[in-house]
Amino acid sequence: MAEKEYDDIPGTYVFDADRSRQGYWLNQFCISLGKEANRQAFRDDPEAHMAKFKMTEEQKQAVRDRDWNRLLELGGNIYYTSKLGAFDGIVFQDLAAMMSGMSRDDYRAMMVAGGRSPDGNRYKSEWEKK
Amino acid sequence: MAKITAGIACSHVPAIGVAMDQHITEQPYWVPVFEGFEFSREWNKKNKPDVVFLVYNDHCTVFDASCIPTFALGCAAEFAPADEGWGARPVPVVKNHQELASHIAQSLILDEFDMTIMNEMEVDHGLTVPLSVMFGDKTPEDDWGTLVIPLAVNVVQYPAPTANRCYALGQAIKRAVESWPEDINVHIYGTGGMSHQLQAQRAGLINATWDQQFMDILVNEPEKARKISHLEFLRETGSEGIEMVMWLVMRGALEEKVTEVHRHYHVPASNTAVGHLILENHA
Repeated sequence: MAEKEYDDIPGTYVFDADRSRQGYWLNQFCISLGKEANRQAFRDDPEAHMAKFKMTEEQKQAVRDRDWNRLLELGGNIYYTSKLGAFDGIVFQDLAAMMSGMSRDDYRAMMVAGGRSPDGNRYKSEWEKK
Repeated sequence: MAKITAGIACSHVPAIGVAMDQHITEQPYWVPVFEGFEFSREWNKKNKPDVVFLVYNDHCTVFDASCIPTFALGCAAEFAPADEGWGARPVPVVKNHQELASHIAQSLILDEFDMTIMNEMEVDHGLTVPLSVMFGDKTPEDDWGTLVIPLAVNVVQYPAPTANRCYALGQAIKRAVESWPEDINVHIYGTGGMSHQLQAQRAGLINATWDQQFMDILVNEPEKARKISHLEFLRETGSEGIEMVMWLVMRGALEEKVTEVHRHYHVPASNTAVGHLILENHA
């Protein structure tokens, strides 16, 4: 894939056409969980429900592991993967905490204090120095 | 003729809707968010619109990955609140001004904006939260108190339409509305934002300085605001901050000079900076 101008933003997966293509079936699987009948099917037999979507084995494993950042890396988009989070009863803010590697309380406190500052978080090079 | 008299910018954080639906707006966490809407609701009663043209984005509720229209105009008679995985919000069905919506669709397409036309559509929190902000608590049995023409903009799959294109679309919407003979009062909403990133290791990014500057230039120097690049939105305001292109549609539909009658900014609502403006057209 060609290098993209936003590739140097740290800790961010820009959901562009390449990611959308890669993650198509993963995202369609996730969004299926917006419907109760599909949630029931996934509860009853997770593997059988996943098998209805042409996901790669890596994507299926990331679903099994609930590896939220890996799901994004494999083409998932947060508006889709959050439906899997909701299936597990995880509220959006706690999902964000998990993805950023913080405890729920620390993340919540950071948001109440004004959020994550853009300073030091604009370029990958700034993270590499840390 | 129909006239756009005001533009409203408003974040559409789902948690704002949840707080209203669960009646927890008096909790300390929510008080500063809702205090900033008190003026807006009073203003809205005094300046009641006949029609709201509401620019928002669908969050993979109606448009999943299989179909991603850049601009989709709601032309159905009505739009039911969608089940986003937790049951539908307990708010009224949204009713359209169908003749005006059809006129706008036709006018925009002849004006070279190639719209997708939606004759059946549900609407998610992106549309209903701003209505709740402006019209207050409503039950499913109530009426919203206005007709609504929804315009769904893709901001989920990159690239969203550019700020410049959104602004130009706003100008075309103004022309379309003003060529409708009925004497009606139209408000236009630009929703979403402000700075927020919901994903990955950088989740939680908020850029209050940028947000405030954006509001300043959007109001007073829109020609500058329309030049903001996608890269700037992504880097400075987080991956989901790019929703703010929808505020440009609203701004483009107003006069060059506007009066800012209200501004509200608060961090946080859940993961997001809440921003809200009411702009009145001169004359």
